[in-house]
Amino acid sequence: MPANLRELRDRKASVSTIKKLTRAMELIAASRIVKAQQRAQAAGPYARELTRAVSAVATFSNVDHPLTTEKPNPKRAAVLLITSDRGQAGAYSANVIREGERLNQLLREDEKAIVPYISGRKGIAYYTFRQRDIAQSWSGDSDAPSFARAREMADALIEAFLTPTEEGGVDEIHIVFTRFVSMLTQRPDVIRLLPLEVVEGEEAPAADDVLPLYEFEPSAEEVLDGLLPKYVASRIHYCMLQAAASELANRQRAMKSATDNAQDLIESLTRDLNQARQAQITQEISEIVGGASALADASAGSE
Amino acid sequence: MADHLEVALVAAERTVWQGQAKIVIARTTDGDVGILPGHAPLLGLLQGGSVQVRTVDGEYFVAAAPDGFISVANDRVSILAENAEMGHDIDLEEARRELEEALAAGLADADADEVRLAEARVRAAEQTS
Repeated sequence: MPANLRELRDRKASVSTIKKLTRAMELIAASRIVKAQQRAQAAGPYARELTRAVSAVATFSNVDHPLTTEKPNPKRAAVLLITSDRGQAGAYSANVIREGERLNQLLREDEKAIVPYISGRKGIAYYTFRQRDIAQSWSGDSDAPSFARAREMADALIEAFLTPTEEGGVDEIHIVFTRFVSMLTQRPDVIRLLPLEVVEGEEAPAADDVLPLYEFEPSAEEVLDGLLPKYVASRIHYCMLQAAASELANRQRAMKSATDNAQDLIESLTRDLNQARQAQITQEISEIVGGASALADASAGSE
Repeated sequence: MADHLEVALVAAERTVWQGQAKIVIARTTDGDVGILPGHAPLLGLLQGGSVQVRTVDGEYFVAAAPDGFISVANDRVSILAENAEMGHDIDLEEARRELEEALAAGLADADADEVRLAEARVRAAEQTS
């Protein structure tokens, strides 16, 4: 028995609307990825120069800075989880949250208490639904993070790190974010932010690129003091930019497959619809033919 | 040794200015330093937040670089500041008003970030005009 014609027509119309929507979201995400990548590129020179300067100070002075010193017996670990503000991005937030859970598990096995810091509404919703405490959270600009936001996060994290453990401070800080490898691959990743390990940017320095013997003004300690917080902010900004690009790439992919699915659904609905209409027509014809022959039989009998 | 400096003024989210210069004058925590080609490698914290640059074409400009730092090596000068800005891009009147607002908001705390940022902008704009 073919389904009701009107019902099929309604369903086809609604799937077509959904397809238009997902298609629009796919295009928006695609155009924003380009912007996100440009933003990541524009932030490159600052991060590069800063890394160079910090490595120079770290190399040429044996300064023990609180931000680079490992605490002897780490008991509390802060985890900064970078998720998205909005859904419709496939498994993007789920993946990064799962990576975060894995890190939490590892830290718990080391008998460290976890202090969660969260960026993005999806992560906040995940934690509040499970009634877990959040130390601090930020949301509102996951797809276009500003440096000011990164700075704010850095200030909060550094403050927690410099507070003694007994007074609610933390001994180490990890960031869980999604690394933008390419348009096709984005990988959830964990880095340890503090105590700081200074790494040379993305590209390894060339062999002949020896760091010059710098003079420091006013002194190596004070320069390091000024630079390290900036370096931390720049690292966080880098992670957020990567996460933003990953989010958009994931959204584009999710919306593309949603559009494709909608198209498949429309095709199969159209087929059902045609079949139902044809069945109706066939039935009507056979009723007319049946009626006509019954009439003919009746009039033939009366003569 | 080159006869000019390669200067880059970099903010957190973009490169503000890049070009060749004859001399860069910056105020570090120990006082003004003038940097000419061939200067020894230097890493310094900026104080006051304004940097003066004379380009190879004889042009002269002032830039605001609050809470920044300067690094000099091999005739390359990088000035990094989160909120770096060119002096002639700043509206002096507006910057003065912002400074007053910042001062009013943080009377007790003359060292607040907002105050320093506003001061640097006013200074750069004043020196430009």
